[in-house]
Amino acid sequence: MTLQHYLVISAILFTLGIFAVLTRRNAISILMGIELILNSCNLNFAAFSRFMTPLEDISGQIIAIFGIVLAAAEAAVFLAIILAIYREFGSIRPNEMDTLKG
Amino acid sequence: MEFTLKTFIFYGFALMTIASALVVVTVRNIVHAAFSLMVTLFGVAGLYVFLQADFLAATQVIVYVGGILVLILFGVMMTSGRLEMHIRIERGQLLLGGVVSLALLMLLLTVIANTPAWKNLTDDGTKLPPTTERIGELILNGPFLLPFEVVSVLLLVALIGAALISRKEVRE
Repeated sequence: MTLQHYLVISAILFTLGIFAVLTRRNAISILMGIELILNSCNLNFAAFSRFMTPLEDISGQIIAIFGIVLAAAEAAVFLAIILAIYREFGSIRPNEMDTLKG
Repeated sequence: MEFTLKTFIFYGFALMTIASALVVVTVRNIVHAAFSLMVTLFGVAGLYVFLQADFLAATQVIVYVGGILVLILFGVMMTSGRLEMHIRIERGQLLLGGVVSLALLMLLLTVIANTPAWKNLTDDGTKLPPTTERIGELILNGPFLLPFEVVSVLLLVALIGAALISRKEVRE
């Protein structure tokens, strides 16, 4: 296994996440896309920490752990906003939330 | 690289991760997408194990699979009536999004293949000691103490904010 194996896997995950964010018309599916992107990012941190720094240096893994914490906080706030939006609009399709549209 | 059991399992995890991520972004039923996301997250945890990041793999399983995924499923159950279980996708957007994503993937793969510093870095199979103790040392008694405290406060703020946003508004 080389560094490039991990980078390719993470690039594919990232691209799939971007694809989900761009094409899905449901707020929760968009959240899943964002989770894929964050996962690919954490995987990159861990892979670079393993291959590019001395083996004893595990700072990259700690950054990845912080990334997981941020993902948890982001998911909680995202779902709270989705619940509030659902109560207000009766739907979570992003293109129906156009109250501010001129 | 000789084809051993280890590489076989590695490719198994890689395939599992990518295939289930593909299902996440293409399947129409949102509950199926959520369960497929679970497989993806397990696959990434497996890849962490291959990187000898044991604590990270455990955290991934506990926080993502045990926490965030349950949160997502709650969101699905609370907001999707029977009509909304199926995700609507518009064709023009699908085409445009596909083109943009494919271009991005090509760009990333080109960069990965052509960066000289990233070439020929092979996992030589050196066994590392478990990382948990060193991570605790670095976070609580080392350079990551301040980021750790900041992230704790951030988590607290985010959770209070989430509770505040999602409760029913009480008007006088």
